[in-house]
Amino acid sequence: MKSENSPSETASPPARAGGYRHRHLLGIEGLSPEDITLLLDLSAAYVEQNRALDRQKSSVLRGRTIINLFFESSTRTRTSFELAGKRLGGDVINMSAESSSVKKGETVIDTAMTLNAMLPDVLIVRHGDSGAVKLLSEKVNCAVINAGDGTHEHPTQALLDALAIRRRRGRLAGLEVAICGDILHSRVARSNIHLLTAMGARVRVVGPPTLIPSSIERMGVQIFHDMREGIGGCDIVMMLRLQTERMQGSFVPSVREYFHFYGLDREKLAAAKPDALVMHPGPMNRGVEIDSELADDLDRSLIREQVEIGVAVRMACLDLLTRTLRSNNPVAT
Amino acid sequence: MKPATMHSPTRNPGRRGGPPIAYVNARLVDPATGIDMLGGVVVADGMIADWGAHLARAEALGSSGIEAVDCAGAVLAPGLVDMRVQLREPGEEHKETFASAANAAAAGGVTSMVMLPNTNPVIDDPSLVESVARRARENSRVKIFTHAAVTRGLEGREMTEFGLLAEAGALGFTDALSAVANPTMMRRALSYARMVGRIVIQHPEEPTLTRNACATEGEIATRLGLPAAPAIAEVMMIERDLRLVELTRAPLHFAHVSTAAAIDAIRAAKKNGLPITCDTAPPYFSLNELAVGDYRSFAKLTPPLRTESDRQAVAEGVADGTIDVIASDHAPHDQDSKRLPYAQAAAGAIGLETLLTVALELVHTKRLSLLELLRRLTVTPATILKLPSGRMAKGAAADLVVFDPERAWKIREAEFRSKSKNSPFDGRPVQGRVMRTLVNGESIFHLER
Repeated sequence: MKSENSPSETASPPARAGGYRHRHLLGIEGLSPEDITLLLDLSAAYVEQNRALDRQKSSVLRGRTIINLFFESSTRTRTSFELAGKRLGGDVINMSAESSSVKKGETVIDTAMTLNAMLPDVLIVRHGDSGAVKLLSEKVNCAVINAGDGTHEHPTQALLDALAIRRRRGRLAGLEVAICGDILHSRVARSNIHLLTAMGARVRVVGPPTLIPSSIERMGVQIFHDMREGIGGCDIVMMLRLQTERMQGSFVPSVREYFHFYGLDREKLAAAKPDALVMHPGPMNRGVEIDSELADDLDRSLIREQVEIGVAVRMACLDLLTRTLRSNNPVAT
Repeated sequence: MKPATMHSPTRNPGRRGGPPIAYVNARLVDPATGIDMLGGVVVADGMIADWGAHLARAEALGSSGIEAVDCAGAVLAPGLVDMRVQLREPGEEHKETFASAANAAAAGGVTSMVMLPNTNPVIDDPSLVESVARRARENSRVKIFTHAAVTRGLEGREMTEFGLLAEAGALGFTDALSAVANPTMMRRALSYARMVGRIVIQHPEEPTLTRNACATEGEIATRLGLPAAPAIAEVMMIERDLRLVELTRAPLHFAHVSTAAAIDAIRAAKKNGLPITCDTAPPYFSLNELAVGDYRSFAKLTPPLRTESDRQAVAEGVADGTIDVIASDHAPHDQDSKRLPYAQAAAGAIGLETLLTVALELVHTKRLSLLELLRRLTVTPATILKLPSGRMAKGAAADLVVFDPERAWKIREAEFRSKSKNSPFDGRPVQGRVMRTLVNGESIFHLER
């Protein structure tokens, strides 16, 4: 058996010596700064590759099967992973297993076993319960990427956020980052806190006390309830989505009160550094968390770039997690 | 290690109609009389015929011809009385049955146990109390009793027939793992229970604070992203109930107390003379929330595991007697109920077979004496429930346990007799092992070496 991966065809950007030693990507917690840097560097290379005018389809994942398994609805994350897999030449299948009449949990392990029997190379999983992706990863032989589990982690979002910041600011260490809004229910916030603190940034969380989880200061962040104070002097203002079902009287009294105190507009943003950048993982509730016109300001807002970088980050994750596989067992051509 | 076997009932000396038998050279520990000394017991016709220091040596039996079993210095004590177990029969026999639970109980030194009414159907009708008693008699050599529901279907709305249920044999009233949340309902339940001479057992938890929660609020739940409730949900319900006890003067028992604040409140109320008692279960003094680790659903309990300082407070509460009783909190669940994302997994752990050995950790760490530990496992629960068991006395049923408090072993899932294997203690090295269990004089468990 001979592998014919000629460099011009496979064009996988070089990864740093040492390599990524984990079998899965289940969360940022537990990754070393070296792991994170490796992922970010490779992602950065893919950003450039994606922007190249003469972009050709890569064959890094030729013959590899990637399954997008989403137990919770998602358009952008699923599409981003799908595109990432296809740009690398892999075969991508989308499976939506949203809560049917069957009890959600019963399908997790059952679905995992069924899909595992089809011998995929990578499973990309989103689930509404914290820990569900980890549970599933214990039942399969392939690499698993967590595309968001409950209110636990969403590692690729944190990676893409970090790369977006790094591309504009040149570094992460020493930056002041404010994460604002519904921290309690946010897996994006948790992954970002792990990543940014590991890389030496200082992180603040800003929101009403009903949306700040207990003891979060133990994760190395500072808590603010006043938005202007919280984003005061910050380099980065990261807004989070507030779920509709939490807007009306359960966690916050009303949408208009929430926007009044925690919605980001130019007036509040003035408290941050003059060149502070605004981020949002999407989808945005314009007029709830963020002023619509501000979101579209390309000088201040990284929101469009985040989406673009997302594809590159997911390419890097797919590439790295299949490298061991490829070196041990190259696809015959 | 050789597997233990259940003794065949044929020619079993000591039981009703069988020849008498003596257990000698034992460390007799009887909390009711405060005795802890070398001695022995003669069992005849299912009852304790004689016991005391004078039976320390087989020679004391003289030419009576009574067979003597040398206990080699092991502890001989009243069999354990477990006041709160879930047995899943009727309704969920794939998780546990009277027969499998009895095997587990026997291996754990438990000779009497009282089941919670959260079966299917719920035990909220006198005919069900009677049918449970009959099924248990037919299928179990361990004595099985039942509590009855406070409210029909455990729904918190209509009170059950306390008087008729008590007459049918219900030992206490409880809505099992649901708190009796409505204060008016609780007030009436307490008054009625007092009249019929039974206790109410409360699952102390303010349900509007704990709805959907599966962890204790704090750093670990925040990191894991688990829906969590503040630990004060426990003491809030207890403080409310203490007012109702003041009003009704009815005895009330709090189940599986797990927080420092709750123990402080109970300690203070006892000082004020309120007729309250409480229990805890081994996980609450031997594990803390770290046992959840990476979403280990076998460590998902109700109430959830707490912080280390709460765990310490529970151990202290057992030691100083604020916590009157240790119950197993036996809650069998099959794989399908546990191999789920953490929030969806069933809560609870099996505990019959690990009750004594894990509780003995409190003795090994010098928190309290063996005599005091056994008091919380025998005579105190029996007294609260008005059962005659849990004591050494001439003429009392010979429900006894022989155990070696020092013997080291490792808890192994594969050796559980319970139908379900959901224990957070799998793989735990422990010290203290049950060697023999007797019910009505009959040896129903004997560990061969």
